[in-house]
Amino acid sequence: MSVQTHGNAGPTLAQKLLSLNWPLVALILVIAGIGFAMQFSVADGNVDPWARRQMIRFSVAFVGMLVVAMVDIRFWRGTAYAFYGVALALLVGVEVAGSVGMGAQRWIDIGPLRLQPSELMKIALVVALARYFHDLNPHRIRHPLSLVIPLAMIAVPMALVVKQPDLGTAVLLGAGGIVIMFLAGVSLWFFAVMIAGIGGVVYAVFASKGQSWALLKGYQYDRIEVFLNPELDPRGAGYQILQALIAFGSGGMTGEGYLQGPQARLDFLPEKHTDFIFTVLGEEFGLVGGLVLLGLYMMVLLFGLLTAVRIRHLFGRLVAAGVCMTFFAYFAINMAMVMGLAPVVGVPLPLVSYGGTSMLVLLFGFGLLLSAQVHGKVEFPRRGTVL
Amino acid sequence: MALRSRLDKLDRSVFSRRALVLFGAQGALAAALGGRMYQLQVVDGEKYAARARRSRIRPSLLAPVRGQVFSRDGKPLAVNRHNYRLVLYREDVEDVAATLDRLGEIVPLPPLRRKALMEEIKRTRAFLPVVLAENLRWEEFAEANANAPALAGISPELGLTRHYPQADYAGHLVGYVAAASERDVERAGEDASLLKLPGMRIGKSGVERIEEVALRGKAGLSRVEKDVHGRPIRELERREGTAGEDLTLTLDLGLQKYAMQRMGEESGAVVVMDIYDGDVLAMASTPGFDPNGFVLGLSHKDWGALRDNEKRPLNNKAVSGLYPPGSTFKMVVALAAMEAGLVGPGHSVYCGGHIELGSHRFHCWKRGGHGHMNLHTGLKQSCDVYFYDIAKRIGIKRLAEVARKFGIGVLPEIGLFDAKAGTMPDVAWKRAKLKQPWYPGETLHAGIGQGYLSSSPLQLAVMTARIANGGYQVHPRLVRARNGERVKSRSLIGTGIDDAHIEAVKRGMYAVVNEQGGTAYRSRITAAGHEMCGKTGTAQVRRITTAERATGVLKNSELPWKLRDHALFVAYAPADDPRYAIAVVVEHGGGGSTVAAPIARDVLLKLQFPREIPEGAVPEGAAPVFAVKKEKDDENEDA
Repeated sequence: MSVQTHGNAGPTLAQKLLSLNWPLVALILVIAGIGFAMQFSVADGNVDPWARRQMIRFSVAFVGMLVVAMVDIRFWRGTAYAFYGVALALLVGVEVAGSVGMGAQRWIDIGPLRLQPSELMKIALVVALARYFHDLNPHRIRHPLSLVIPLAMIAVPMALVVKQPDLGTAVLLGAGGIVIMFLAGVSLWFFAVMIAGIGGVVYAVFASKGQSWALLKGYQYDRIEVFLNPELDPRGAGYQILQALIAFGSGGMTGEGYLQGPQARLDFLPEKHTDFIFTVLGEEFGLVGGLVLLGLYMMVLLFGLLTAVRIRHLFGRLVAAGVCMTFFAYFAINMAMVMGLAPVVGVPLPLVSYGGTSMLVLLFGFGLLLSAQVHGKVEFPRRGTVL
Repeated sequence: MALRSRLDKLDRSVFSRRALVLFGAQGALAAALGGRMYQLQVVDGEKYAARARRSRIRPSLLAPVRGQVFSRDGKPLAVNRHNYRLVLYREDVEDVAATLDRLGEIVPLPPLRRKALMEEIKRTRAFLPVVLAENLRWEEFAEANANAPALAGISPELGLTRHYPQADYAGHLVGYVAAASERDVERAGEDASLLKLPGMRIGKSGVERIEEVALRGKAGLSRVEKDVHGRPIRELERREGTAGEDLTLTLDLGLQKYAMQRMGEESGAVVVMDIYDGDVLAMASTPGFDPNGFVLGLSHKDWGALRDNEKRPLNNKAVSGLYPPGSTFKMVVALAAMEAGLVGPGHSVYCGGHIELGSHRFHCWKRGGHGHMNLHTGLKQSCDVYFYDIAKRIGIKRLAEVARKFGIGVLPEIGLFDAKAGTMPDVAWKRAKLKQPWYPGETLHAGIGQGYLSSSPLQLAVMTARIANGGYQVHPRLVRARNGERVKSRSLIGTGIDDAHIEAVKRGMYAVVNEQGGTAYRSRITAAGHEMCGKTGTAQVRRITTAERATGVLKNSELPWKLRDHALFVAYAPADDPRYAIAVVVEHGGGGSTVAAPIARDVLLKLQFPREIPEGAVPEGAAPVFAVKKEKDDENEDA
């Protein structure tokens, strides 16, 4: 699968391309295809306004992924901190100059590009943490002090994202970061402490509700509240989730058929082409459709992790696994949210939801994963191990 | 080396173990998600499906009432009329075919129309209404209402349609509304869903289009709970929208109608504007078209006839027709020459019928020439040689600079989407546009308003207004009041042209009409204090070859319509205290003095004497003033 380097003679581009994990690439294409079909469906069988644009964006991002995969993984290690720095700067920039969309400050305009820096940060954080642990002397990993920097690297963007406010992305960033630390070999004690800490924070969040030091915004509490009991307010905040459940549930075993789902079409779901696309799929294809998509996602995950395990350098392994974790977090949170298992937090269904930045970032991530795979056996010593 | 590989192995085994744990955890979560799907869709699926079939809340937008448009004299130009119509919601109907059959017993439903409806119903989303019949007579509508039980799923609705009482008299300017296209919807931003409402119309041309946002108003919202059959149970919420603004235009309907009728069968345009506040009092473009046809949709045949008519009735020639200004441009040349300090009123040029430049000969319109000409007589008799000569001295650069101050080659700030800027050529323009150098002969062509020069009738009116008001940059405007509140006119900025120079040109324009030997002398107004000053123009549309010149230039009457000259006339009135400017262009009409000037005379008379034109307003022997047959429905137009 991966290319063996012999001395100075590196593999040719063609060899690199051949050695790509093509089954994984094929899976990505299949899932994106499902996405186009759903975009077509929510527009009542029209390629406009979403499907066509989604295809164009995907094509561009897909080519980008292949290009990223062809670039030596050591180059990506070199740019890791700069990448992280840029993403962080953009996050701060959003605070300062970001435009307000859907009531939240999340986007930043750079020329014609409308960027969501919090999406960018998901991959930037993975790469930066991977570099940190790759460069760390393995003997020091058990030392609690060496965890201060990675924790800060996770916490700072999380704090910025929570402030936007975008709770979903913050949770995603946190989960991604912790998983990298876990895979890098950080002591299990640390995670025990961590879990206790998170429990404490959750408690604090609820305890602070209505207090002057409330940790979340009012609507965020509303969403959690309504998530816990959607029937509470069928006209207001619970409306969205209740309509989603009705649409999704009415799909039954095999669904109403492609382009036939009436509920999702009823304009009840304001974000049906983005975050709530899964309800449309559920309504039109039923349990079978939902499970097929879930299965495809899990296969991507499995292929990705198997690839990661085979990589001979820690940086590549961590990047690959980190990308997998991010991917998992995307679809798990989105599905849980749409099916009423998690509050509505605004996380897209990867490769299926309509949206530019998240897809671009995700495919960039897969590009890095593939780069690590193609260059899985390159000489890539950990700094701390050079004796 | 050994140590490193040992460490590396340790690393990898830790990673692999932990990755396995991670994947296990993720698998468990995925299984939970799958379980949730099973629970929602299979265990509780029936419950949700039942709920989906049960009552549903239909949030629907309430279309705001579109603002109406009136003329400055308070006559309706665009109004809303009641429209009784029947709509159908597919999801509320058991058997569409049977329902249509029953409907056919009440309102006529020819087989073709029925077929088209069936297709539209099939295509339309189940919860969106399809309009079955519009503009029903009250009796039909009442009968449909009475038969409501048999027509379950069909709702009678009282809507509003746009109506243009003046029909083709002001069609170009007022414009029309039609259903929004996909592109309109895309560009509408937050109003996109409003534009998709059935029966919703938006401005497609004219004032309807440029004032769309003001006329449209703000949408309201209604949330209605409906039962499984689609019958409304109750309205949960209703927020009324805001009606659009009512507009009063600067247009004087009486004058507009007169101008349209005065043009008769001719193809062309008349623009009348106030020289101080820029109010466009008339903007006639002939032939006209009736915008009412567009509101409900035009038949293919009618559309084809409008589109293929060689007189282009759909074009607003007043703003989009571009013509060489011909001799009407000579005032600007005269001003440019005086501004450049090259020519005083006494400066004299000898006209022998032509002027030579290099090997090329430039002809005056008068064979044999005018003899000695100065600025005054040059304008009065419209001597081409005089203006060739001074244009050559000024040069194209300075000429273009002055011309732009008078709006030639500048897009008029009137907002109309079809307004064109025309061309005031100069060296830079030609290099950019044609990638060619400027030839000196082209300056001479520009000096008599020919060559690359082109402008719309509106631009000619603006040019004339700016001369008449003493050189102030007046801009044309269309809206006089919004919801009854007067729109402030823009303050006037000077062009920096010397008053004495303007006066000299105005004296020339006076002579054109009011002195014996002036090119428009026959079209003078003799009512004291209401005289007009003007300038004729005849714009050539074809090239006159040397051979033709030798055998005698063909008369317009000998040419096919398309090759005849355009007749132009610009004027202002009254002569001693000007207030109004007018531009008349008659496409392929022939000579400016014989065709265009009399039209301007009549329109300016009508403007100054709206009720009755007094005896002796025109000299004896002149063509009588055009009179409109009194229309009986003039006063009681439907509002």
